[in-house]
Amino acid sequence: MTIVTSAPPPQVPGAEAQVPLGPTSDAIPGPLRFVGRALRTLWSNGKARVGLVIIALNILVAVFAPLIARHSPTATDFAPYSSPSATNWFGTTGNGQDVFSQMVYGARISLLVGLGAGALATLVAVAIGLVAGYRPGPIDEVLSFITNLALVIPALPLMIILAAYLQGRSVWTIVLVVAFTSWATGARVIRSQASTLRNRDYVTSAVFSGERLFRIVFREILPNMTSLVAASFFAAATAAIMAEASLEFLGLGNPSTVSWGTILYFAEQQNALLSGQWVLVFAPGLAIALLAVSFTLVNFGVDALSNPRLREK
Amino acid sequence: MALLEARGVNVAYTPARGVRIWSVRDVDVTLEQGEFVGLVGESGCGKTTLGFALTRMLRPPAHLESGTISFDGVDISTLDGEELRRQRRNGFALVLQSGMNALNPVRTVEHHFGDIFNAHAREGEKYLGAAGRTRGAELLDMVRLDAEVLSRYPHELSGGMRQRVAIALALALEPRFIVFDEPTTALDVIVQGAIMQTIKDLQHDKGFTAVIISHDLGVVLEATSRVMVMYAGRIIEDQPSTDLARGAHHPYTEALLNCYADPRADEVRIEGIPGNPPDLSLAMAGCPYEPRCPLAVEICKETDPPLAPLGRGRAACHVRAPAARAVAAEAPGAR
Amino acid sequence: MPADVQQSAVPPLIVSGVSKIYANRGRREKAVVAVDDVSFTLEPGAAVGLVGASGSGKSTLAKMVTASERPTSGSIRFGDIAVERLRAGSKRQFHLRVQMVFQDPYGALNPLHTVEYTIVRPCENFLRMSPRAARSRAHELLETVGLTPAAQYAAKLPHQLSGGQRQRVVIARALACNPELIVADEPVSMLDVSLRAGVLKLLTGLRQERGLSLLYITHDLLSARVVTDEIIVLNKGKIVEQGPTKQVLQHPKDSYTVQLLDAVATPLASTPANAEPQAR
Repeated sequence: MTIVTSAPPPQVPGAEAQVPLGPTSDAIPGPLRFVGRALRTLWSNGKARVGLVIIALNILVAVFAPLIARHSPTATDFAPYSSPSATNWFGTTGNGQDVFSQMVYGARISLLVGLGAGALATLVAVAIGLVAGYRPGPIDEVLSFITNLALVIPALPLMIILAAYLQGRSVWTIVLVVAFTSWATGARVIRSQASTLRNRDYVTSAVFSGERLFRIVFREILPNMTSLVAASFFAAATAAIMAEASLEFLGLGNPSTVSWGTILYFAEQQNALLSGQWVLVFAPGLAIALLAVSFTLVNFGVDALSNPRLREK
Repeated sequence: MALLEARGVNVAYTPARGVRIWSVRDVDVTLEQGEFVGLVGESGCGKTTLGFALTRMLRPPAHLESGTISFDGVDISTLDGEELRRQRRNGFALVLQSGMNALNPVRTVEHHFGDIFNAHAREGEKYLGAAGRTRGAELLDMVRLDAEVLSRYPHELSGGMRQRVAIALALALEPRFIVFDEPTTALDVIVQGAIMQTIKDLQHDKGFTAVIISHDLGVVLEATSRVMVMYAGRIIEDQPSTDLARGAHHPYTEALLNCYADPRADEVRIEGIPGNPPDLSLAMAGCPYEPRCPLAVEICKETDPPLAPLGRGRAACHVRAPAARAVAAEAPGAR
Repeated sequence: MPADVQQSAVPPLIVSGVSKIYANRGRREKAVVAVDDVSFTLEPGAAVGLVGASGSGKSTLAKMVTASERPTSGSIRFGDIAVERLRAGSKRQFHLRVQMVFQDPYGALNPLHTVEYTIVRPCENFLRMSPRAARSRAHELLETVGLTPAAQYAAKLPHQLSGGQRQRVVIARALACNPELIVADEPVSMLDVSLRAGVLKLLTGLRQERGLSLLYITHDLLSARVVTDEIIVLNKGKIVEQGPTKQVLQHPKDSYTVQLLDAVATPLASTPANAEPQAR
C-alpha cells in the first residue's frame, strides 16, 4: 500500500495563538499601552530601529547635557580659533567657546524644535484634514482652499519673512513659524485618506450603530489613519529640524541661544573653513543631517502601526 | 509528451514574522496539449498559489519549496532571469484575477501591446508602429473587441472589455499554456457568461492548454472538459467535467455540488458545509477533510489518502477510492 | 406568540415613485438616472428581493431606504416616518428600527476593533445598557448567530475570522437593537458557496423568529429564491418584473429576468455542451 505523506510542515504544537479572553470592550488601550505597542511595532522594522536608536541617543545627550559636556557652552574661557585638543574635543569658536559643549547643548534646541514644531504642524494638519475629509460640502471647500493656498506659498521665504518681522526672537518663535509653514502637506494627505475612509462600510456601520460624529471621527477613522499621521509627524519633524537650522544659520534666530544652527552661523561669520576649523562646519552639519535622517528612517516602520496583521507576533 | 508536468510541488508562505503556511502540499499535475482544465476550490485552498507556481509567478514570501515543474520537457522550476523569460516567450502566460486592473491607467491599450512585443521580441520579429497596431487589432478581434479600442485608455472601457484586453495581451505571444485566475469573479454576473464563452471559443480555436482557476464550480463545469478540485492545498479529485454531475465522488466535491441548485425547480434546497478548512500552518495527519466528512472512518484520521482511480478520474478518499487501487496510480513521486 | 405581537407592530415599508438622479455638474455627460420611478411595498414580516445586475439601481435603492442617501423625488414611508426627509438628528431613532447588513465582510468591520466592541456599541448607544449588560447581550447575540462559544469569538479581531464568521458578526451587530426591518445588501455574494447556505438560513430563521421584515438585495437568483417570498427585478433603475418569487422564476416574462436566470450556474443540470476530454 503506497502512502503519500503530506508535505513536511513543521510540527507546531497547539492551535492558533491563544486569544486572550479580555474583559476590555474595545481593542484600543490606554494611551500608554498604545505608545508602548507602537514603539515595539516600530522596533521590529530594521530601518526604523536604526532611526529610533539615533533619536534615543540624541535625547539622552540632550537630557544629560550638563553631565556630558565638560564646560559651559557659552563661557568664553578658552583661546579662540583653536583646533581640537584634549581640553576642547572639537576645538573652540572665534569667541573662545568650547565647540563640543555647544554641540551637546545644541541637541536640546534641535530636538525641541524638531519634535515641537513637528507635533504642532501635525496637530493642525489632523484637525483640518479630518474635518475637511469627513464632511464634504462648503466646509471642505473652504478648508481645502486654505490648504492649497498654504501649499503654494514657498515655505522658506515665508519663514524668513515671518522670523524677520516677529518681535521677541526665541525658540518658540521658531517653533511657531516652522509649524505655520509646514502643516499644509500633511493636511492635504490626511484629508484624502479621511475622505476615502469615510466611505468604508464600517464607518456607515458605525453610523447605523448610533455613534456620534465625534466618536466616529476619533474612534473609527483616526485610528485607521495612525500610520499616515505618524508618517506626517516624522516628515514634519524632519522638515522642522532642517528649517530651524536654516533660520538660525541665516541669523534669523536668537544668536545668543546655543544650537547647531547658530554654530554654523558663527562658523560662517568667522570664516571657519578658511581658517582651517572644519570641525565647526562638519560637526553641526553632520548632526543635523543625522537627526533629520533618523526621523525619516523611523517612517519606514510606520506602516505596521495601522495594520494589525503586520503587527502579529 | 505532456505539455506540463509538475511533481511533488510544495509551496509555502514564510512571512518575516509569524508561522509558515503550507498552501500547496505535494501536488502532481499533468496537462496535455490542448486540455481545458478547471481548478476549483474555496478560499485558502491553494488554487491560486498553485496556478502561480505553475507559471513561475510566485513572489516572496511565497516560495516553491520543493518539486519539479517541466514545461515542454524543460524543467522551469529552477530557472531564473533571462532563461525564464525565454521559456515564457516559448509558451506560457498568466491572466490575473481582475486582470482588468492589471492595466496601466495612464497608458493606452496600444501601448500595452507595444510593451509585450518589445519585451519579448524574437529575432526579426519586432512589431513596431503599424505592424504593432495591426497585430494588436488582430488580437483584439480574437476577443471580440473592435480595433478602435487600441487607442483607448483603461478607464474608458467597461470591466468586461478590460478583461478581454487582458486576455488579448496574454495571447500576444501565442502561448501554448494559459492560466486564468478567476477571470470572471470581478465582473458583473451577466457579463461573466460572455467572457467564459469567449475563453472557451478561443481555447477551441487556438488549441492552447488552458487552466481556469475559480471558486465557482458551476462556472467551471460549464466550460471545461476536466476539473481538479482542491482542498487544503491538495488535489482531492480529478475528473472529466461531464462525469462530475453524475456518480459518486469525493465527499467534499459532493458537498460542493449540493451548494448549487436550480432556482426554477419546484423545491429548492441549498446546503452548506459545516465547519472550517484546516489551519494550513499545522502539520496534518490523516485526511484534511475528515473533521467535516460524513463518511469518515478510522483510517481517515490516521492516513492521508492518495489519489486513487474513481470512475474515469481519480479521487483522494479512503471510502470512495480505497488506497489499494493506488498501486495502479501513476504518481511516480509517491513515497 | 411573541412573533405575532411584534409583527403587528412592525409597519410596512412603502416606496412610492422614488427616483435618484446623479447630476453631472457642468460635464459633458448626461446625468445618470440610477433609479427611475420605483414603487413597491414591503409588508410586515415579509421578505422581498430586489434583483438585478450591477447598475440596476438596487444598491442605490437600499441606500435610500436606509436613509444613507436622499431620493431626488418620490417618498419612502416606514410607519409614520418619512424616510426621505430625515434629518441627521432623527436618523439615530430611525436606525433603531431599520438596520443594514453589508456586502463586503472585509470592509464592514473596523479592522482595529474586536468583535465584542463592534456589537456592544449599538447596545450602549440605542439600548442605553451599562457596559456589563451590553457585553452579556453581545455574547447572547454571538450565540444567536452561531458563533459559539461566544467568549472565544468576542475578543477576536476581524482579520482572525473567516468571511462567513465576519458576516455573522455583521448580522449580530444589525440585530443588536432589535430592529424591525433589515436591509441586506448582497450579504453572501462575497462568501464561498459552502458558507452561503449557513448565513442565508440564519437570516431566514431570524426573520421568522422575530417577525422582521427583510429587504434582500442580490444579483443571484438562487439565494433570492431561497430567502424571499416576492421579488422585484430591476434593470437600469426601472422595475421590469415583479411577483411571487417562485412564479417569476418559473415563468419569467422579461428578457432581462431570463438573462439573470441563465447566469445562475447549475452544475448538476445535464450539460451536453461539455466536450469529451481532448488530447491533441
